[in-house]
Amino acid sequence: MNEELFNKLKEKLTAKFHDAVEVSEITYDFPTFTIKKDHIHEVLTFLKNDEELNFHFLTDLTGFQTEDEKHLGVIYHLHNMIKNNRVRIKTFFDINKPEIPTATDLWPGANWMERETFDFYGVRFKGHPKLKRILNVDEMDIFPMRKEYPLEDQSRDDKNDKMFGR
Amino acid sequence: MSKKDNNIPESENTMEKEYSILNLGPTHPATHGIFQNILKMDGEIIHEAEPTVGYIHRAFEKLAERRPYNQITPITDRLNYCSSPINNMGWHMTVEKLIGCAVPKRVDYMRVIIMELARIADHLVCNSVVGVDTGAMTGFLYIFQWREKIYDIYEGICGARLTTNIGRIGGFEREWSKDVWDKINNFVKEYPKALKEFANLLERNKIFMDRTVNCGPISSKMALEYSFTGPNLRATGVDYDVRVATPYSSYQDFDFIIPIGTSGDTYDRFMVRQEEMWQSLKIIEQAIKNMPKDQPFHADVPEFYLPPKEEVYNNMEALIYHFKIVMGETNVPKGEVYHSVEGGNGELGFYLVSDGGRTPFRLHFRRPCFIYYQAYPEMVKGIMLSDAIITMSSMNVIAGELDA
Repeated sequence: MNEELFNKLKEKLTAKFHDAVEVSEITYDFPTFTIKKDHIHEVLTFLKNDEELNFHFLTDLTGFQTEDEKHLGVIYHLHNMIKNNRVRIKTFFDINKPEIPTATDLWPGANWMERETFDFYGVRFKGHPKLKRILNVDEMDIFPMRKEYPLEDQSRDDKNDKMFGR
Repeated sequence: MSKKDNNIPESENTMEKEYSILNLGPTHPATHGIFQNILKMDGEIIHEAEPTVGYIHRAFEKLAERRPYNQITPITDRLNYCSSPINNMGWHMTVEKLIGCAVPKRVDYMRVIIMELARIADHLVCNSVVGVDTGAMTGFLYIFQWREKIYDIYEGICGARLTTNIGRIGGFEREWSKDVWDKINNFVKEYPKALKEFANLLERNKIFMDRTVNCGPISSKMALEYSFTGPNLRATGVDYDVRVATPYSSYQDFDFIIPIGTSGDTYDRFMVRQEEMWQSLKIIEQAIKNMPKDQPFHADVPEFYLPPKEEVYNNMEALIYHFKIVMGETNVPKGEVYHSVEGGNGELGFYLVSDGGRTPFRLHFRRPCFIYYQAYPEMVKGIMLSDAIITMSSMNVIAGELDA
């Protein structure tokens, strides 16, 4: 269903940004593009302002940690309500240098979503008007959604069920 | 009432203006749940508002990373607890999308009935509370018993009332009893009278209109920029509804309209919700009428759908599946899906990444409340404190969804 949209997006993005598009795939009928961190703001601006694509609505913005635990990511879900097209844009960067330009200048609604991402993953959004914790207490000094902070104390062995690999 | 509109000239070079700071909340009786707003007041007019959120943050996204898929359903209950079934169904549909499971039409229709009942319950709470905040207690007291009747229906289906945990991945836990169907039919028959009565009380009420028209408005442009969805966006005049834009659960089979407002003020939000309740009733009627017969109430997904107890005791395979599901050992394909449903107050999205393990690798809830509540300071700037309270209640901010 979204095959056509995907092809068009891929064509347009690669024509304009060449190597900045690292991965382009369609997963579960959802066009997904991975963009290099340095170009993420340009790509978002292009997607929002391009007359044909017109992804004017930011549905969701969230953080992500890759399986190797060495990279963080930010995932944008954009929406064109008029044509009902959706696209997912991802970008990944080193966990030790989690810096990325903010999207609040494009969508004011990104404000709290970015604060949430900062709160849980420690991604620093450069240019954000007020980047501070939102759901957790201000005094917290970890980023709790990172995989290095397991939910339960891993030294406990009373819950360790060897038979089922937990 | 609303925007600053007095004729008193701004004081110039007389004395420097001094603002007073007011803490609205965290447990102020007029705020709904635990919200705190630090208001900078100029007399009774709000100059600046600074919301503090997170008082009931329960780390659902982190919890979800340790739980098997069917154990995440109770978490979703606690997001928007005024319409938990919608959250439950949204989650089931997300997992079904991931595992590629097609459910029978009958399940779709049953889901539609329960989701629309939940929508009525949600809007009913919101609208009657707008009444309370404007001083009309009567409407609330009259209409609230109908929410109890909806809760009775939930109870008949799943045994719970508020945090329902209704349905399973693949369908429903059991066939609905005759008693449930009677209750639903009765509700559809009787509720319009009550809703009409409620509408007569408030919709054209001079005092209510004076209080709500042009109170806390937001333009459609700003609403879109702030990623508004649901009734709050529709009140501004944008006809976006997930049920129509991306139909799920066979919503394409139903005939209903999307009500929209024009100015995005409290009155429009109220009216959009009122009309949506009528539309929900219409959908439920159609679903009951066209309910497919002779179809099972769940899909054939033995790896996810808990088998009936008799089979567990008598059938080897059922026993194995039962064991695997209870211990959370079912394998899930790798992949990432985004699924959204039209929740009580907007597009409730589930972004699920699976690495093939027993639990999600990452699960993110797109919670409409959290996203649109950030526009609140902008909306209440320059209006009276009492208007700020009804603006908040008409936005239907639910603490559970806000803080996740």
